[in-house]
Amino acid sequence: MKLSVNGKSHTLDVEPEMPLLWALRDELNIKGPKFGCGVALCGSCTVLLNGEPVRSCSYPVSVAAGQKVVTIEGLADKGKLHAVQQAWIEHQVPQCGYCQGGQILAAVALLKKKPKPTDQDIDAAMTNICRCGTYARVRAAIHSVAKKGGRA
Amino acid sequence: MNSHLKSVISKADSNPEKVGIDRRHFLKVSGTASAGMSLGFFLPERAHAADTPQLNVWIEIEPNNTIVIRYARAEMGQGSMTSAPMMIAEELEADWKKVRVEYATAHENLRTKRAYGDMASVGSRTIRHSQEYLRKAGATAREMLIAAAAQKWNVPVSECKASLSRVTHAPSKRTLNYGQLAADAAKLEAPKTVQLKDPKNWTLIGKSIPRVDIPEIVLGQRSYGIDTQLPGMLHAAVAACPVFNGKVKSLDASKVENRRGIVKVLNMGEFVAVVADNWWRAKEALREVAVDWDVGEHGTLTSAAIMAHFKAGMEQSELAVARNDGNTADALSKSAKVVEAEYFTPYLAHATMEPMVCTAWLQGDKLEVWSSTQNPEATLAVSAATAGVPQANVKVHPVQLGGGLGRKSPQDFTRQSVMIAKAMAGKPVKMLWSREEEIQHGLYRPASLMRFKGGLNANGKVEALHIRVSAPSILATLLKLPLPRGVDGQAVASFSDHPYDIPNTLVDYAQRNTNVPVGFWRTVGHSQNPFGRECFIDELALAAGKDPVAFRLDMLPNNEKSKRDRSILEAVTKAAGWGSTLPNGVFRGVAETEGYGSWTACVCEVSVNAKNEVKIHRVVIGIDPGYAVNPDNIVAQFQGSVVHGLTAIFWGENTIKEGRVEQSNFHDYRMMRLNEMPKVEVVIAPTGGFWGGVGEPAQAPLAPALVNAISAAMGKRIRSLPLKNHGLTLKV
Repeated sequence: MKLSVNGKSHTLDVEPEMPLLWALRDELNIKGPKFGCGVALCGSCTVLLNGEPVRSCSYPVSVAAGQKVVTIEGLADKGKLHAVQQAWIEHQVPQCGYCQGGQILAAVALLKKKPKPTDQDIDAAMTNICRCGTYARVRAAIHSVAKKGGRA
Repeated sequence: MNSHLKSVISKADSNPEKVGIDRRHFLKVSGTASAGMSLGFFLPERAHAADTPQLNVWIEIEPNNTIVIRYARAEMGQGSMTSAPMMIAEELEADWKKVRVEYATAHENLRTKRAYGDMASVGSRTIRHSQEYLRKAGATAREMLIAAAAQKWNVPVSECKASLSRVTHAPSKRTLNYGQLAADAAKLEAPKTVQLKDPKNWTLIGKSIPRVDIPEIVLGQRSYGIDTQLPGMLHAAVAACPVFNGKVKSLDASKVENRRGIVKVLNMGEFVAVVADNWWRAKEALREVAVDWDVGEHGTLTSAAIMAHFKAGMEQSELAVARNDGNTADALSKSAKVVEAEYFTPYLAHATMEPMVCTAWLQGDKLEVWSSTQNPEATLAVSAATAGVPQANVKVHPVQLGGGLGRKSPQDFTRQSVMIAKAMAGKPVKMLWSREEEIQHGLYRPASLMRFKGGLNANGKVEALHIRVSAPSILATLLKLPLPRGVDGQAVASFSDHPYDIPNTLVDYAQRNTNVPVGFWRTVGHSQNPFGRECFIDELALAAGKDPVAFRLDMLPNNEKSKRDRSILEAVTKAAGWGSTLPNGVFRGVAETEGYGSWTACVCEVSVNAKNEVKIHRVVIGIDPGYAVNPDNIVAQFQGSVVHGLTAIFWGENTIKEGRVEQSNFHDYRMMRLNEMPKVEVVIAPTGGFWGGVGEPAQAPLAPALVNAISAAMGKRIRSLPLKNHGLTLKV
């Protein structure tokens, strides 16, 4: 099967039910999406599939085939940070950083849909678990991107 | 890292004056480096051009004036990879924009007879334990650079000054940058004594410096233990006996052996491992390996039996005495009023976002290890012993940790990984635990039963306090340490050293171990004991008919022993507006604690409705860390600690049935999410003159402040955690 990741096409010969996460990590060596729970509860494995956040640990690779997958590595455009990444640095959001690729991609998807999200919108969209507890800064960073009206 | 990403971000609180560093606390330290560390003698293995000058083990200066500062501990989100190098850069008079931080390694530390000192990231101790030798390393290099410039110009050293990676001779207006001076400076002998800067002249310490690892994190380029990739690497999924300390009796892998990608199924005695070319294949196959476990004698253990074991400890005749001031039994018998209460806190798994992971590669008698470890030196020692190779043959490669929380300090998982690597000799194998394995094979925060008896005189003054703890010992069981007078300091933390002016105090301890393994869970004893202590102090205040803050302040005289407890309590209650009118139905709770060399206090505002839903309106939490090294990082640690703490307070509990932990993943071991995080205000009130930890102290006052507020709101005392067991839920 063919899989497009961060604009690059890959050919994969794996079981159709292999989760997208493990096709990315162990077959294609794309390590941005992280393993956290394996059952779509935590969101550390979040990637964008046609712009929508999906939990790749529980998403069969065969269902993603032929569609556009973006991982955290593919978010910056030729070295230029995405507005959300920039805001994450400005607000010093990450602590250990393990879940933050997923958090950032979830925020990117939210801002695309709702460029000026309310706190309630952020509550509903940002369901990824962060064990370091960076939530206050995640919220502040999302609001700051919305305020700047930057590329999202 | 691209240099354009290194934008320095100015924050509102970046001014050291604003965060209140006390100029009166002049710190003058001189003398040679601490014993065991010899600056400038050993030089690290060259990661760079062989001719790059190195001024000592910590500092290397490239000709382009880039300064490489080495960091000898782990980074797991606590921010020390930034704040520890700040110590060196401060004294070095380095231009922070030109600093690059690189890891020191455990094998270099072994080779250099521990030139880097302790490498463990535990006990919130990186800054407080290393600040002196790090600052001296910076100051030593600074003096060498100044001396090199003075020699070059043939002028007295006293006429030369260092600032922003340059040495300047003011009278002649000559100046050279460190890159131009480093080669000559490196040839000079290191000065035996150095003068450290007066805190009032600090330019980095006390400023909110952006974390050096964050740009790579947001780009998805930071390499965690789980991201290790090696040529021909295999993947292992493991399962230990669901009953702790059980063994494999037999296994049948016939169902999976010929499956795609499966390389080997290993019976390791203590656990089973499936090795495959992809972790998912290994994990899926592991589920279908039929294992007959020998669960041993503990297969019927339950939480109820453990509680009975703790209760029996309360009545046992021989108890270890942790503190004995005055005559508590006598004073209690003469008290006008005696208050008694029992508090309980449960077992807790760590649930680091990155589960246990370690890659090991044994080639002949050479071993390389990539472990998500909080203690790389222990990783090296355990790896060598497990593989049966000399320690000098082991390399431990540093990686970022996806959280540590105390779980990644013990090396049980590294040992497993090296056992697998030994069985698969010649091949690199990455062993990763599932979430289920992580929750069910933790080194749990000990469950603890605490009994309090307080005696008040007729004026409501506390004359006597007896605290008895019945709980497992981490030090005796995990570290196998002999306990001084039978006391595990963590089991009685915040009791044996309570700051209150109570003439009669008895703290005793019944060591009650079980088959459930215990370990260091972020904030350790201070994550649970202050809950009992500070809630019970509120019970005494209520019995005395006094305001909880005034009651505490009365017991905290402004003397050397309790002045900081007093000042942080005053700072936080002032910020929270303690005593001001609250909306109907909203109640406050307070707590004051000390730990990890810092002082902390917290005020929570809550309301509880008829459906037992707890609304947290506000959390005001503060710290006196002595010097606030990187204030924005302290704010981050405190915000995060509140989330970590509330998760435990509301939902955190591991229960035991049939000898095993009943919880298995985030559906039944619940974590707080973004929508549930309350408003948190962080008060940084440094009084100067000492260096306290910041990664752990915040959890200590949170639980008692919150539960005191909830108890006030309900008119009913809550004495055990988690709150879900009282029918309480968190209202968002």
